[in-house]
Order: sequence, then C-alpha cells, then structure tokens
Amino acid sequence: MALISIKDLALGYDRMTVADGINFEVNEGDYLCIVGENGSGKSTLMKTLLHLQAPISGSIEVGDGLKADEIGYLPQQTVVQRDFPASVWEIVLSGFQSHMGLRPFYTAEEKKIALENMAHMGISEFKKRSYRELSGGQQQRVLLARALCATRKVLLLDEPVSGLDPKVTAEMYELIKELNDSGITIIMISHDIQAAVRYASHILHIGKEVYFGTKEEYVNSEEGRFFLRNGGDLA
Amino acid sequence: MIDKLTLYMSFPYVRYALIVGVFIALSSSLLGVTLVLKRFSYIGDGLSHVAFGAMAVASVLKIANQELLILPVTVLCAIVLLRTGQRAMIKGDAAIAMLSVGSLAFGYILMNVFSASANVSGDVCSTLFGSASILTLTKDEVVLCAVLSAVVVVMFILLYNKIFAVTFDENFSRATGVRADVYNLMIAIMIALIIVISMNLVGSLLISALVIFPAISAMRLFNSFRGVTIFSAVLSVVCAFAGMIISILTGTPVGSTIVVTDVLAFAIISGIGAIKGGA
Repeated sequence: MALISIKDLALGYDRMTVADGINFEVNEGDYLCIVGENGSGKSTLMKTLLHLQAPISGSIEVGDGLKADEIGYLPQQTVVQRDFPASVWEIVLSGFQSHMGLRPFYTAEEKKIALENMAHMGISEFKKRSYRELSGGQQQRVLLARALCATRKVLLLDEPVSGLDPKVTAEMYELIKELNDSGITIIMISHDIQAAVRYASHILHIGKEVYFGTKEEYVNSEEGRFFLRNGGDLA
Repeated sequence: MIDKLTLYMSFPYVRYALIVGVFIALSSSLLGVTLVLKRFSYIGDGLSHVAFGAMAVASVLKIANQELLILPVTVLCAIVLLRTGQRAMIKGDAAIAMLSVGSLAFGYILMNVFSASANVSGDVCSTLFGSASILTLTKDEVVLCAVLSAVVVVMFILLYNKIFAVTFDENFSRATGVRADVYNLMIAIMIALIIVISMNLVGSLLISALVIFPAISAMRLFNSFRGVTIFSAVLSVVCAFAGMIISILTGTPVGSTIVVTDVLAFAIISGIGAIKGGA
C-alpha cells in the first residue's frame, strides 16, 4: 500500500471548488513535485494534505504505518515570524511538540537529535543566534531542521526556494535531494518547473487538466511539453 | 524620605499592596510576548472592559467577593472572542470592539442607576483607572490574588514550550498534530485570569499597559523567546515596585504611576536598543 493515496479529491474554500479530479499516490522514497499556475490550488492541496482544511470531496488515505501527524512541514514564512524573538535552538526543538502530548519539557534524547539535525542542515553555529537576523536561506535551513524533528518519513515543502537567490536556491535543492536520498519522502510545491523536472521522481500538475505521473512520463506528455515550452518558470 | 518610607512600611496594608503588586506584575508580563506576536493585544484590552461590566453587575448585586462573578464572565468572553476570531462570522476586531464598548456602557449605566454610593463618578473612575483600592485590600483578597497569580505562573511554566510552538508557527503545529486549539484556549483562560487579578492594581483601562509594555521593551533588547520572557517578567516586577513606592511617597494614583513607570522604562530601553542596534 502507498504511503499516501489521494482519490477523487476536490479542493476549495467555502464550497467554491478550486481544483477537482485529483488522484495520485505517494510511495516511500518518492520525490513528488506539485506544479501548476498561480491560483490552481497548489497551496490549498497542501493545506488539505496537512489536515489544516477539509476537502470538498474525495479521500486522503495514509498507509504503511504512517500516522496522519507524522508529516513534517516546511511552510512559507509568515509575517509574524519576521520579527519574532526566538533563537534557532528554540525553533528547532519546537519540532518535537507533535510527539510530546502533555509532557511539558524536552528530553535529553530530543535535544541530542535536535543537535544532529542542526549539524545535518549545517546550522550548528547559529544555535544561539536569533532567527530574525538570519538570511532567507539560513532561515529555511532552520525550519527544515525543525521539520526533521517532527518526522523522519515525509516532508511537505511549500515553495521552499521562494525569495532565495540563485546560488542559495541551488544549495537548497541539493539539500532536499540529500534528504530524499537518505530515505525521506518529499512532497514539494514549486513554481520552478525546470527544477521540478530535474530533481523530482514524480510530477503532479494541477490546473484545468490534472496530470500525474513519473517525471519521464510528464516530460513527454502534452501538458508537460506545453508547460516546459512556455518558459517553465510560472511565477 | 527614607523615614517616610519606613513609616509607611510599618502598615500591614502597604506591605500587602506591595506583595500583591509584585505578584500581579509578574503574572501579567508573562503572556505579553505571545499576545503581541499573535496580534492578540486587543483581546486583552477588550476583555478588561468586559471585566469592568462584570464588576458593575457584581457591585449592583452586592456580591461580597466580586472576583467570583468577574472571573467566569471574563473567561467565557475570552473563549467566545477567540472562537469568533477564528471563524470570522463577525470579524475578530469588530467583535471585540462591540463587546468591549458594549460592556463599558452597560457597566456605567448599571453603576449610575443602581449605585447606593454618593460618589458614582468616583467609583467609576477608580474601577477604570485603579484607585487606592490596592491599599485597602483585605487579607483574603491578598491570598486570592497570590493564588491566582501562582496558578498563572505554574500554567505558564508547564505550557511554556507549547505556547512558544503555537505562537511561532500555528500552522506547523496544527499540521504536525499539536492541538493548537486547546493551547489557544489555555492562553485565553490565562489572559482572563491575569485581567481579573490586575484590575485591583491598575484598573481595567490600564491593564493592557501592564501586559504589553514589558514585553515590547524586552523585545527591543533580547533575541530569544526565553530571554524576552524572563526580562519582561523582571522588568515588570521592577517597574510595578518602583511605581508603587513612588506613588506612596508622592501621593499619585497607584495604577497610573506604575503604567507611567513602564512607559519610561520602554523609552529608556528603546534608546539602549537603538544604540546597541546601531553599533
């Protein structure tokens, strides 16, 4: 059984359908890119996958022993966070909240894992620094380290490179690739079709036509060819 | 001046007032950062007006222990406000404005029509701005205040990491299965508790100052959530203590003096922050 299977999903707000007829599945180790024009429902799909919003119809099933809350999430940054007084350490540790239930404090084991995740993301030296002083790329690494504290199985990334310069963008993609190679399933929303085609194993294209398939199938499909020909970068 | 202070200190009600003031200042400062960052500041303000209305009802009904009525009413309104903020039937800030001016007007009418006191405007003024009432607390009230403050402090320590997570990134928390609604509710209950205990010290109009100023000041100087929280608690206690001493010595109103001390501290700290930031 697949890790996540989506059947006949329709998405939207206040009974207004934004996208429908979405069918896809994600298996362990996949790298799925979700692409589509602005307003095609990519972010709504992400929120629905994360149970932040109820679907209009259809079903989301999780399998293979994945619990609904074992999904790590790299959100787009919010306004609140830009002037939030928080150290990198505090933010990374907060990823463990999902496993804590009513337990008030972090354990030594959790602190150790948090340190490992920070080392993995190359942000150990920023441990005591304030999040709001870091560059955009560094902030994304902090949030990735936090997401890794929440899960080792599936990561959902919402436009992880938006606002980053080309060099940092490339580094970010390499980092995500490494995570994927180490066995973590990646689901990423992206504007950047070129990168999607380069790194992903599967592509979900939503919009008027919904397309789901492996990267190779997509590149040769009608939607994919049209999309790639039109400059790729849809932003 | 020292003599005067020693003389005043020999009165038990002055000592009570100082103790209660310190407790209130400590607990009220804790949630300041969360309220400011979650854009909840106005909820505290709205709730304090609700507490005023409840107090008017309590005094008309001649309830001996007014907290027993004010507390549940304020907690209830905190929950209602938080819910409407999320669902947006009536927009959050509009709902708060309606509730807060509504209860101000309602409370004032009640106090005018039913008050047995000869000095209605004096009563109203002291409820709104805090009066010398901090100096007239009975031992029971001191104990109640201390217990409620202790409840807030203990709740805050136990929920500290969760409050941080929910404040920093509510969507991430929800997505990874943290029960953000429950913790938002806890925060609302704590705000209500804080407002009820702070009314004694600064009156219902000035409560927000007690909650917000130390937090904003601390955010100018510190970069971690822990640093900000600890510094704002210390600053709040120091300002409240200094404010009370000044007011005892000079005869100025207690609540306003404390708030003015907080404002001055904010100005000084902003200055230091600017110099530090510029260097």
